[in-house]
Amino acid sequence: MVTTTSQHISQQFENELQDIRSRVLAMGGLVEQQVHSAMEALIKGDADIAREVIANDEDVNLMEVSIDEECIQIIALRQPTAGDLRLVSGILKTITDLERIGDESVRIAKMALNLSEKDRPKHNYRELQAMGNHVRGMLRDALDAFARFDVDMALRVAKEDREVDAEYEAILRQLMTYMMEDNRAVTRVIDMMWSARSLERIGDHANNICEHIIYLVEGKDVRHLSIEKAEQVIKGQVIE
Amino acid sequence: MEAVKEQKNVSRGIDIESMQRGPRVTLDNETLCLQVKDFNLFYGDKQALHNINMQIPKNRVTAFIGPSGCGKSTLLRCFNRMNDLIESVRMEGQLLLDDMEINSPSVNVADLRRQVGMVFQKPNPFPKSIYENVAYGLRLQGVNDRSTLDKVVEKSLKGAALWDEVKDRLHESAMGMSGGQQQRLVIARAIAIEPEVLLLDEPASALDPLSTLKIEELIYELKEKYTIVIVTHNMQQAARVSDYTAFMYMGELIEFGATDELFTNPSKKQTEDYITGRYG
Repeated sequence: MVTTTSQHISQQFENELQDIRSRVLAMGGLVEQQVHSAMEALIKGDADIAREVIANDEDVNLMEVSIDEECIQIIALRQPTAGDLRLVSGILKTITDLERIGDESVRIAKMALNLSEKDRPKHNYRELQAMGNHVRGMLRDALDAFARFDVDMALRVAKEDREVDAEYEAILRQLMTYMMEDNRAVTRVIDMMWSARSLERIGDHANNICEHIIYLVEGKDVRHLSIEKAEQVIKGQVIE
Repeated sequence: MEAVKEQKNVSRGIDIESMQRGPRVTLDNETLCLQVKDFNLFYGDKQALHNINMQIPKNRVTAFIGPSGCGKSTLLRCFNRMNDLIESVRMEGQLLLDDMEINSPSVNVADLRRQVGMVFQKPNPFPKSIYENVAYGLRLQGVNDRSTLDKVVEKSLKGAALWDEVKDRLHESAMGMSGGQQQRLVIARAIAIEPEVLLLDEPASALDPLSTLKIEELIYELKEKYTIVIVTHNMQQAARVSDYTAFMYMGELIEFGATDELFTNPSKKQTEDYITGRYG
Protein backbone atom coordinates (compact mmCIF):
# COMPACT_ATOMS: atom_id res chain seq x y z
CA MET A 1 0.00 0.00 0.00
CA VAL A 2 1.09 3.51 -0.66
CA THR A 3 0.24 4.42 2.89
CA THR A 4 3.28 2.46 3.97
CA THR A 5 5.41 4.36 6.44
CA SER A 6 8.72 2.91 5.33
CA GLN A 7 11.08 5.22 3.51
CA HIS A 8 12.76 4.77 0.22
CA ILE A 9 16.41 3.84 0.32
CA SER A 10 16.82 6.62 -2.21
CA GLN A 11 15.96 9.81 -0.33
CA GLN A 12 15.95 11.69 -3.61
CA PHE A 13 13.20 9.46 -5.01
CA GLU A 14 11.25 9.85 -1.78
CA ASN A 15 11.47 13.63 -2.16
CA GLU A 16 10.34 13.50 -5.77
CA LEU A 17 7.23 11.50 -4.85
CA GLN A 18 6.46 13.84 -1.95
CA ASP A 19 6.89 16.77 -4.28
CA ILE A 20 4.41 15.62 -6.93
CA ARG A 21 1.92 14.76 -4.21
CA SER A 22 2.04 18.21 -2.72
CA ARG A 23 1.89 19.81 -6.13
CA VAL A 24 -1.29 17.88 -6.94
CA LEU A 25 -2.77 19.24 -3.73
CA ALA A 26 -1.69 22.76 -4.66
CA MET A 27 -3.29 22.35 -8.08
CA GLY A 28 -6.41 20.97 -6.40
CA GLY A 29 -6.54 24.01 -4.13
CA LEU A 30 -6.33 26.34 -7.10
CA VAL A 31 -9.05 24.45 -8.99
CA GLU A 32 -11.30 24.47 -5.93
CA GLN A 33 -10.84 28.23 -5.74
CA GLN A 34 -11.74 28.49 -9.44
CA VAL A 35 -15.02 26.63 -8.88
CA HIS A 36 -15.77 28.82 -5.89
CA SER A 37 -15.07 32.07 -7.76
CA ALA A 38 -17.01 30.99 -10.84
CA MET A 39 -20.07 30.31 -8.70
CA GLU A 40 -19.60 33.62 -6.88
CA ALA A 41 -19.46 35.42 -10.22
CA LEU A 42 -22.64 33.65 -11.33
CA ILE A 43 -24.63 34.29 -8.16
CA LYS A 44 -23.51 37.88 -7.66
CA GLY A 45 -23.51 38.70 -11.36
CA ASP A 46 -19.94 39.94 -10.91
CA ALA A 47 -18.21 40.25 -14.30
CA ASP A 48 -14.82 41.09 -12.79
CA ILE A 49 -14.63 37.85 -10.83
CA ALA A 50 -15.74 35.97 -13.94
CA ARG A 51 -12.91 37.50 -16.00
CA GLU A 52 -10.46 36.62 -13.25
CA VAL A 53 -11.54 32.97 -13.35
CA ILE A 54 -11.07 32.88 -17.12
CA ALA A 55 -7.59 34.40 -16.81
CA ASN A 56 -6.54 32.04 -13.98
CA ASP A 57 -7.26 28.99 -16.10
CA GLU A 58 -3.84 29.50 -17.67
CA ASP A 59 -2.23 28.69 -14.29
CA VAL A 60 -4.28 25.52 -13.95
CA ASN A 61 -3.14 24.41 -17.40
CA LEU A 62 0.49 25.19 -16.61
CA MET A 63 0.33 23.16 -13.41
CA GLU A 64 -1.16 20.22 -15.26
CA VAL A 65 1.61 20.27 -17.86
CA SER A 66 4.38 20.61 -15.30
CA ILE A 67 3.13 17.85 -12.98
CA ASP A 68 2.62 15.67 -16.02
CA GLU A 69 6.22 16.28 -17.03
CA GLU A 70 7.51 15.45 -13.58
CA CYS A 71 5.56 12.15 -13.54
CA ILE A 72 7.03 11.17 -16.91
CA GLN A 73 10.50 11.99 -15.57
CA ILE A 74 9.93 9.74 -12.57
CA ILE A 75 8.72 6.89 -14.77
CA ALA A 76 11.72 7.27 -17.07
CA LEU A 77 14.37 7.62 -14.38
CA ARG A 78 13.05 5.62 -11.45
CA GLN A 79 10.93 2.89 -13.04
CA PRO A 80 8.49 2.94 -10.13
CA THR A 81 6.73 -0.30 -9.19
CA ALA A 82 3.77 -1.38 -7.07
CA GLY A 83 2.46 1.42 -4.82
CA ASP A 84 4.83 3.98 -6.30
CA LEU A 85 3.73 3.12 -9.81
CA ARG A 86 0.09 3.35 -8.82
CA LEU A 87 0.76 6.70 -7.18
CA VAL A 88 2.39 8.14 -10.30
CA SER A 89 -0.25 6.78 -12.69
CA GLY A 90 -3.02 7.85 -10.30
CA ILE A 91 -1.59 11.36 -10.25
CA LEU A 92 -1.37 11.47 -14.03
CA LYS A 93 -5.08 10.73 -14.22
CA THR A 94 -6.05 12.92 -11.30
CA ILE A 95 -4.49 16.03 -12.82
CA THR A 96 -6.39 15.43 -16.06
CA ASP A 97 -9.63 15.48 -14.09
CA LEU A 98 -8.52 18.55 -12.16
CA GLU A 99 -7.71 20.37 -15.37
CA ARG A 100 -11.15 19.51 -16.76
CA ILE A 101 -12.76 20.85 -13.60
CA GLY A 102 -10.79 24.01 -14.29
CA ASP A 103 -12.28 24.11 -17.80
CA GLU A 104 -15.80 23.67 -16.43
CA SER A 105 -15.19 26.58 -14.06
CA VAL A 106 -14.26 28.70 -17.06
CA ARG A 107 -17.49 27.66 -18.76
CA ILE A 108 -19.49 28.70 -15.72
CA ALA A 109 -17.56 31.99 -15.60
CA LYS A 110 -18.44 32.65 -19.25
CA MET A 111 -22.12 32.02 -18.50
CA ALA A 112 -21.75 34.35 -15.53
CA LEU A 113 -20.40 37.02 -17.87
CA ASN A 114 -23.43 36.61 -20.18
CA LEU A 115 -25.86 36.61 -17.29
CA SER A 116 -24.29 39.63 -15.61
CA GLU A 117 -25.65 41.75 -18.44
CA LYS A 118 -29.18 40.40 -18.11
CA ASP A 119 -32.02 40.88 -15.62
CA ARG A 120 -31.45 38.99 -12.38
CA PRO A 121 -34.22 36.54 -11.47
CA LYS A 122 -35.89 36.98 -8.08
CA HIS A 123 -34.62 33.73 -6.59
CA ASN A 124 -31.09 34.68 -7.65
CA TYR A 125 -30.03 31.26 -8.97
CA ARG A 126 -30.63 29.65 -5.59
CA GLU A 127 -30.85 26.11 -6.96
CA LEU A 128 -27.56 26.48 -8.86
CA GLN A 129 -25.95 27.82 -5.72
CA ALA A 130 -27.00 24.75 -3.75
CA MET A 131 -25.71 22.42 -6.42
CA GLY A 132 -22.48 24.43 -6.65
CA ASN A 133 -21.90 24.09 -2.91
CA HIS A 134 -22.52 20.40 -3.17
CA VAL A 135 -20.00 19.69 -5.93
CA ARG A 136 -17.46 22.01 -4.33
CA GLY A 137 -17.79 19.95 -1.15
CA MET A 138 -17.26 16.78 -3.19
CA LEU A 139 -14.13 18.22 -4.75
CA ARG A 140 -12.75 19.36 -1.39
CA ASP A 141 -13.40 15.95 0.17
CA ALA A 142 -11.86 14.18 -2.83
CA LEU A 143 -8.70 16.26 -2.38
CA ASP A 144 -8.71 15.51 1.35
CA ALA A 145 -9.07 11.82 0.58
CA PHE A 146 -6.10 12.15 -1.77
CA ALA A 147 -3.99 13.93 0.85
CA ARG A 148 -4.70 11.22 3.43
CA PHE A 149 -5.01 8.26 1.04
CA ASP A 150 -8.39 7.68 2.66
CA VAL A 151 -10.37 5.06 0.77
CA ASP A 152 -13.49 5.28 2.96
CA MET A 153 -13.71 8.98 2.36
CA ALA A 154 -13.20 8.50 -1.39
CA LEU A 155 -16.09 6.04 -1.39
CA ARG A 156 -18.34 8.48 0.47
CA VAL A 157 -17.60 11.19 -2.09
CA ALA A 158 -18.28 8.79 -4.94
CA LYS A 159 -21.66 8.02 -3.39
CA GLU A 160 -22.57 11.69 -3.39
CA ASP A 161 -22.26 11.87 -7.14
CA ARG A 162 -25.64 10.18 -7.40
CA GLU A 163 -27.25 12.96 -5.40
CA VAL A 164 -25.63 15.56 -7.61
CA ASP A 165 -27.01 13.78 -10.66
CA ALA A 166 -30.48 13.86 -9.08
CA GLU A 167 -30.14 17.57 -8.31
CA TYR A 168 -29.17 18.17 -11.92
CA GLU A 169 -32.28 16.37 -13.15
CA ALA A 170 -34.43 18.45 -10.82
CA ILE A 171 -32.86 21.70 -11.98
CA LEU A 172 -33.40 20.76 -15.63
CA ARG A 173 -37.09 20.12 -15.00
CA GLN A 174 -37.41 23.40 -13.18
CA LEU A 175 -35.63 25.32 -15.95
CA MET A 176 -37.92 23.78 -18.56
CA THR A 177 -40.89 25.08 -16.64
CA TYR A 178 -39.38 28.57 -16.62
CA MET A 179 -38.95 28.46 -20.36
CA MET A 180 -42.54 27.39 -20.90
CA GLU A 181 -43.85 30.06 -18.56
CA ASP A 182 -41.92 32.92 -20.08
CA ASN A 183 -40.33 32.58 -23.47
CA ARG A 184 -38.40 35.84 -23.07
CA ALA A 185 -36.35 34.04 -20.42
CA VAL A 186 -35.17 31.35 -22.82
CA THR A 187 -31.66 32.71 -23.48
CA ARG A 188 -31.06 33.26 -19.79
CA VAL A 189 -32.34 29.83 -18.88
CA ILE A 190 -30.13 28.20 -21.49
CA ASP A 191 -27.09 29.83 -19.88
CA MET A 192 -28.27 28.50 -16.53
CA MET A 193 -28.66 25.07 -18.06
CA TRP A 194 -25.08 25.10 -19.31
CA SER A 195 -23.92 26.12 -15.87
CA ALA A 196 -25.86 23.29 -14.24
CA ARG A 197 -24.37 20.93 -16.80
CA SER A 198 -20.85 22.11 -15.91
CA LEU A 199 -21.53 21.57 -12.22
CA GLU A 200 -22.74 18.08 -12.93
CA ARG A 201 -19.55 17.39 -14.88
CA ILE A 202 -17.44 18.68 -11.98
CA GLY A 203 -19.21 16.13 -9.78
CA ASP A 204 -18.28 13.41 -12.28
CA HIS A 205 -14.64 14.49 -12.30
CA ALA A 206 -14.54 14.52 -8.48
CA ASN A 207 -15.96 11.01 -8.63
CA ASN A 208 -13.22 9.99 -11.08
CA ILE A 209 -10.55 11.38 -8.75
CA CYS A 210 -11.97 9.19 -6.00
CA GLU A 211 -11.68 6.14 -8.24
CA HIS A 212 -8.04 7.02 -8.90
CA ILE A 213 -7.46 7.29 -5.14
CA ILE A 214 -9.02 3.88 -4.53
CA TYR A 215 -6.78 2.41 -7.23
CA LEU A 216 -3.61 4.01 -5.99
CA VAL A 217 -4.22 2.97 -2.38
CA GLU A 218 -5.80 -0.44 -2.80
CA GLY A 219 -4.62 -1.45 -6.26
CA LYS A 220 -8.23 -2.19 -7.16
CA ASP A 221 -9.83 -0.80 -10.25
CA VAL A 222 -13.40 0.23 -9.47
CA ARG A 223 -14.07 2.30 -12.57
CA HIS A 224 -17.42 1.70 -14.25
CA LEU A 225 -18.72 -0.30 -11.30
CA SER A 226 -21.75 0.53 -9.19
CA ILE A 227 -20.95 1.86 -5.72
CA GLU A 228 -22.18 -1.39 -4.14
CA LYS A 229 -19.99 -3.50 -6.41
CA ALA A 230 -17.04 -1.16 -5.84
CA GLU A 231 -17.39 -1.58 -2.07
CA GLN A 232 -17.40 -5.34 -2.44
CA VAL A 233 -14.32 -5.24 -4.67
CA ILE A 234 -12.46 -3.10 -2.13
CA LYS A 235 -13.35 -5.48 0.68
CA GLY A 236 -12.12 -8.34 -1.48
CA GLN A 237 -15.53 -10.03 -1.52
CA VAL A 238 -15.59 -10.30 -5.29
CA ILE A 239 -12.91 -10.37 -7.92
CA GLU A 240 -13.24 -7.39 -10.24
CA MET B 1 -28.72 -10.56 -28.40
CA GLU B 2 -25.35 -12.26 -27.83
CA ALA B 3 -25.05 -12.90 -31.53
CA VAL B 4 -25.69 -9.26 -32.31
CA LYS B 5 -23.08 -8.22 -29.79
CA GLU B 6 -20.57 -10.66 -31.18
CA GLN B 7 -21.14 -9.55 -34.73
CA LYS B 8 -20.72 -5.92 -33.74
CA ASN B 9 -17.39 -6.64 -32.10
CA VAL B 10 -16.14 -8.74 -34.96
CA SER B 11 -17.04 -6.09 -37.49
CA ARG B 12 -15.13 -3.52 -35.47
CA GLY B 13 -12.16 -5.86 -35.25
CA ILE B 14 -12.17 -5.70 -31.46
CA ASP B 15 -11.66 -8.76 -29.29
CA ILE B 16 -13.64 -7.70 -26.23
CA GLU B 17 -13.17 -11.11 -24.59
CA SER B 18 -9.45 -10.52 -24.24
CA MET B 19 -9.92 -7.21 -22.43
CA GLN B 20 -10.71 -8.61 -19.03
CA ARG B 21 -9.64 -7.06 -15.78
CA GLY B 22 -7.11 -8.81 -13.58
CA PRO B 23 -3.92 -10.77 -14.20
CA ARG B 24 -3.34 -12.47 -17.54
CA VAL B 25 -2.30 -15.80 -16.07
CA THR B 26 -3.42 -17.88 -13.12
CA LEU B 27 -2.01 -21.10 -11.68
CA ASP B 28 -5.43 -22.75 -11.92
CA ASN B 29 -5.08 -23.16 -15.66
CA GLU B 30 -1.49 -24.39 -15.71
CA THR B 31 0.17 -27.77 -15.96
CA LEU B 32 2.70 -28.05 -13.18
CA CYS B 33 6.33 -28.86 -13.89
CA LEU B 34 8.23 -28.42 -10.64
CA GLN B 35 6.69 -28.72 -7.20
CA VAL B 36 8.27 -27.84 -3.88
CA LYS B 37 6.50 -29.23 -0.83
CA ASP B 38 7.29 -28.37 2.81
CA PHE B 39 10.91 -27.98 1.84
CA ASN B 40 13.67 -27.16 4.33
CA LEU B 41 17.38 -26.91 3.67
CA PHE B 42 20.23 -26.63 6.15
CA TYR B 43 23.89 -25.77 5.67
CA GLY B 44 25.23 -27.53 8.76
CA ASP B 45 23.26 -26.02 11.66
CA LYS B 46 22.17 -23.00 9.72
CA GLN B 47 18.75 -23.25 8.08
CA ALA B 48 18.84 -21.62 4.64
CA LEU B 49 15.32 -22.46 3.40
CA HIS B 50 12.27 -22.49 5.62
CA ASN B 51 9.26 -24.58 4.76
CA ILE B 52 8.99 -23.62 1.09
CA ASN B 53 5.85 -24.55 -0.83
CA MET B 54 5.76 -23.61 -4.48
CA GLN B 55 4.36 -24.79 -7.77
CA ILE B 56 6.16 -23.90 -10.97
CA PRO B 57 4.05 -24.22 -14.12
CA LYS B 58 5.16 -25.81 -17.36
CA ASN B 59 6.22 -23.69 -20.34
CA ARG B 60 6.19 -20.52 -18.30
CA VAL B 61 8.94 -18.29 -17.01
CA THR B 62 9.10 -18.10 -13.24
CA ALA B 63 11.39 -15.51 -11.66
CA PHE B 64 12.88 -15.70 -8.17
CA ILE B 65 13.61 -12.31 -6.68
CA GLY B 66 14.84 -11.22 -3.29
CA PRO B 67 17.83 -9.63 -1.57
CA SER B 68 21.24 -11.33 -1.51
CA GLY B 69 21.32 -14.33 0.76
CA CYS B 70 17.56 -14.87 0.72
CA GLY B 71 17.93 -18.42 -0.57
CA LYS B 72 16.78 -18.00 -4.16
CA SER B 73 19.94 -19.43 -5.72
CA THR B 74 20.01 -22.19 -3.12
CA LEU B 75 16.49 -23.19 -4.09
CA LEU B 76 17.28 -22.96 -7.80
CA ARG B 77 20.31 -25.21 -7.35
CA CYS B 78 18.15 -27.84 -5.65
CA PHE B 79 16.26 -28.44 -8.88
CA ASN B 80 19.23 -30.13 -10.49
CA ARG B 81 20.92 -31.25 -7.30
CA MET B 82 23.84 -28.88 -7.51
CA ASN B 83 23.80 -28.83 -3.71
CA ASP B 84 24.82 -32.51 -3.63
CA LEU B 85 28.38 -31.27 -4.02
CA ILE B 86 28.27 -29.42 -0.72
CA GLU B 87 28.86 -31.85 2.11
CA SER B 88 27.13 -30.17 5.02
CA VAL B 89 23.81 -29.79 3.18
CA ARG B 90 20.75 -31.49 4.62
CA MET B 91 17.28 -31.34 3.10
CA GLU B 92 13.75 -32.12 4.25
CA GLY B 93 10.54 -32.23 2.28
CA GLN B 94 9.77 -32.95 -1.34
CA LEU B 95 10.99 -31.69 -4.68
CA LEU B 96 9.11 -33.05 -7.68
CA LEU B 97 9.89 -32.78 -11.37
CA ASP B 98 6.62 -33.85 -12.95
CA ASP B 99 6.01 -36.96 -10.80
CA MET B 100 9.63 -37.77 -10.13
CA GLU B 101 11.14 -37.22 -6.73
CA ILE B 102 14.30 -35.22 -7.49
CA ASN B 103 16.16 -36.19 -4.32
CA SER B 104 15.30 -39.87 -4.49
CA PRO B 105 18.39 -42.13 -4.34
CA SER B 106 17.15 -43.94 -7.44
CA VAL B 107 17.47 -40.81 -9.58
CA ASN B 108 20.54 -40.74 -11.81
CA VAL B 109 21.96 -37.26 -11.30
CA ALA B 110 23.45 -37.10 -14.79
CA ASP B 111 20.04 -37.93 -16.26
CA LEU B 112 18.40 -35.36 -14.02
CA ARG B 113 20.81 -32.65 -15.18
CA ARG B 114 20.10 -33.59 -18.77
CA GLN B 115 16.44 -32.86 -18.06
CA VAL B 116 17.17 -29.80 -15.98
CA GLY B 117 19.80 -27.59 -17.61
CA MET B 118 21.51 -24.70 -15.90
CA VAL B 119 23.12 -21.44 -16.97
CA PHE B 120 25.19 -19.39 -14.55
CA GLN B 121 25.90 -15.73 -13.98
CA LYS B 122 29.28 -15.73 -15.66
CA PRO B 123 29.36 -17.36 -19.07
CA ASN B 124 31.45 -20.50 -18.81
CA PRO B 125 32.17 -21.76 -22.33
CA PHE B 126 34.67 -24.59 -22.62
CA PRO B 127 38.04 -23.67 -24.14
CA LYS B 128 37.01 -25.35 -27.37
CA SER B 129 35.52 -24.28 -30.65
CA ILE B 130 32.01 -22.84 -30.82
CA TYR B 131 30.86 -26.03 -32.56
CA GLU B 132 32.38 -28.35 -29.98
CA ASN B 133 30.91 -26.37 -27.12
CA VAL B 134 27.40 -27.00 -28.41
CA ALA B 135 28.11 -30.60 -29.46
CA TYR B 136 29.71 -31.44 -26.12
CA GLY B 137 26.63 -32.78 -24.38
CA LEU B 138 25.74 -35.04 -27.29
CA ARG B 139 29.28 -36.36 -27.58
CA LEU B 140 29.09 -37.23 -23.87
CA GLN B 141 26.00 -39.26 -24.67
CA GLY B 142 27.99 -41.05 -27.34
CA VAL B 143 26.54 -39.30 -30.38
CA ASN B 144 29.35 -38.83 -32.89
CA ASP B 145 27.49 -38.94 -36.18
CA ARG B 146 28.60 -35.87 -38.07
CA SER B 147 25.32 -35.01 -39.77
CA THR B 148 23.33 -35.42 -36.54
CA LEU B 149 25.76 -33.18 -34.70
CA ASP B 150 25.68 -30.60 -37.50
CA LYS B 151 21.91 -30.49 -37.33
CA VAL B 152 21.75 -30.18 -33.56
CA VAL B 153 24.46 -27.50 -33.45
CA GLU B 154 22.67 -25.42 -36.05
CA LYS B 155 19.29 -25.86 -34.40
CA SER B 156 20.61 -25.02 -30.93
CA LEU B 157 22.53 -21.96 -32.08
CA LYS B 158 19.43 -20.78 -33.93
CA GLY B 159 17.40 -21.46 -30.79
CA ALA B 160 19.81 -19.32 -28.81
CA ALA B 161 19.60 -16.55 -31.44
CA LEU B 162 23.32 -16.86 -32.14
CA TRP B 163 23.47 -18.70 -35.46
CA ASP B 164 23.65 -15.69 -37.76
CA GLU B 165 26.50 -14.19 -35.77
CA VAL B 166 28.70 -17.29 -35.67
CA LYS B 167 27.77 -19.49 -38.62
CA ASP B 168 30.94 -18.51 -40.52
CA ARG B 169 33.28 -19.18 -37.63
CA LEU B 170 31.91 -22.30 -35.97
CA HIS B 171 35.35 -23.81 -35.59
CA GLU B 172 36.98 -20.80 -34.00
CA SER B 173 37.50 -20.74 -30.25
CA ALA B 174 34.51 -19.78 -28.13
CA MET B 175 36.82 -17.79 -25.90
CA GLY B 176 37.07 -15.06 -28.54
CA MET B 177 33.35 -14.23 -28.38
CA SER B 178 31.87 -11.29 -26.53
CA GLY B 179 30.33 -11.85 -23.11
CA GLY B 180 26.80 -11.65 -24.47
CA GLN B 181 27.60 -14.12 -27.23
CA GLN B 182 29.30 -16.47 -24.77
CA GLN B 183 26.21 -16.43 -22.56
CA ARG B 184 23.99 -17.27 -25.53
CA LEU B 185 26.46 -20.00 -26.50
CA VAL B 186 26.11 -21.49 -23.03
CA ILE B 187 22.34 -21.42 -23.45
CA ALA B 188 22.74 -23.11 -26.85
CA ARG B 189 24.86 -25.76 -25.15
CA ALA B 190 22.18 -26.25 -22.53
CA ILE B 191 19.34 -26.62 -25.04
CA ALA B 192 21.32 -28.89 -27.39
CA ILE B 193 20.45 -31.85 -25.18
CA GLU B 194 16.79 -30.80 -25.13
CA PRO B 195 16.15 -30.43 -21.43
CA GLU B 196 12.69 -30.00 -19.96
CA VAL B 197 13.65 -27.22 -17.60
CA LEU B 198 16.19 -24.42 -17.91
CA LEU B 199 17.52 -22.88 -14.72
CA LEU B 200 19.06 -19.46 -15.24
CA ASP B 201 21.04 -17.98 -12.36
CA GLU B 202 21.48 -14.25 -13.04
CA PRO B 203 22.03 -14.95 -16.75
CA ALA B 204 22.31 -11.32 -17.79
CA SER B 205 23.90 -9.61 -14.82
CA ALA B 206 27.37 -9.50 -16.39
CA LEU B 207 26.12 -8.27 -19.76
CA ASP B 208 25.62 -4.88 -21.37
CA PRO B 209 22.06 -3.61 -21.96
CA LEU B 210 21.86 -4.77 -25.60
CA SER B 211 23.07 -8.29 -24.86
CA THR B 212 20.70 -8.31 -21.90
CA LEU B 213 17.78 -7.51 -24.17
CA LYS B 214 18.86 -10.29 -26.54
CA ILE B 215 18.92 -12.77 -23.67
CA GLU B 216 15.49 -11.57 -22.54
CA GLU B 217 14.12 -11.91 -26.05
CA LEU B 218 15.61 -15.38 -26.15
CA ILE B 219 13.96 -16.32 -22.85
CA TYR B 220 10.65 -15.22 -24.29
CA GLU B 221 11.12 -17.53 -27.29
CA LEU B 222 12.48 -20.43 -25.28
CA LYS B 223 9.44 -20.73 -23.05
CA GLU B 224 7.52 -22.18 -25.98
CA LYS B 225 9.55 -25.34 -25.48
CA TYR B 226 10.98 -25.20 -21.98
CA THR B 227 9.99 -24.40 -18.46
CA ILE B 228 12.28 -21.60 -17.34
CA VAL B 229 13.21 -20.61 -13.81
CA ILE B 230 15.30 -17.47 -13.53
CA VAL B 231 17.02 -15.88 -10.57
CA THR B 232 17.62 -12.19 -11.04
CA HIS B 233 18.55 -9.12 -9.04
CA ASN B 234 17.22 -6.91 -11.78
CA MET B 235 13.63 -6.30 -10.88
CA GLN B 236 12.67 -4.74 -14.18
CA GLN B 237 14.08 -7.79 -15.87
CA ALA B 238 12.01 -10.10 -13.70
CA ALA B 239 8.98 -7.98 -14.48
CA ARG B 240 9.66 -8.05 -18.21
CA VAL B 241 10.50 -11.68 -18.82
CA SER B 242 8.53 -13.68 -16.30
CA ASP B 243 4.95 -14.88 -16.09
CA TYR B 244 5.17 -15.70 -12.40
CA THR B 245 7.34 -14.21 -9.71
CA ALA B 246 8.39 -15.59 -6.35
CA PHE B 247 9.66 -13.15 -3.76
CA MET B 248 11.92 -14.71 -1.15
CA TYR B 249 13.30 -13.15 2.01
CA MET B 250 15.53 -14.69 4.70
CA GLY B 251 15.00 -18.19 3.38
CA GLU B 252 11.23 -17.94 3.22
CA LEU B 253 8.88 -17.66 0.31
CA ILE B 254 6.99 -14.46 1.05
CA GLU B 255 4.82 -14.18 -2.02
CA PHE B 256 4.25 -16.09 -5.23
CA GLY B 257 1.98 -14.78 -7.93
CA ALA B 258 1.35 -13.65 -11.48
CA THR B 259 4.08 -11.14 -12.34
CA ASP B 260 1.75 -8.41 -13.58
CA GLU B 261 -0.16 -8.59 -10.30
CA LEU B 262 2.91 -8.81 -8.08
CA PHE B 263 4.57 -5.76 -9.59
CA THR B 264 1.48 -3.54 -9.59
CA ASN B 265 -0.29 -4.71 -6.48
CA PRO B 266 1.69 -7.08 -4.26
CA SER B 267 -0.32 -8.57 -1.42
CA LYS B 268 2.47 -8.51 1.17
CA LYS B 269 4.06 -5.39 2.57
CA GLN B 270 7.52 -6.98 2.54
CA THR B 271 7.20 -7.55 -1.21
CA GLU B 272 6.07 -3.98 -1.73
CA ASP B 273 8.99 -2.63 0.30
CA TYR B 274 11.49 -4.71 -1.62
CA ILE B 275 10.32 -4.00 -5.15
CA THR B 276 9.82 -0.30 -4.52
CA GLY B 277 13.22 -0.01 -2.84
CA ARG B 278 12.25 0.84 0.71
CA TYR B 279 13.69 -0.02 4.07
CA GLY B 280 12.11 -3.26 5.21
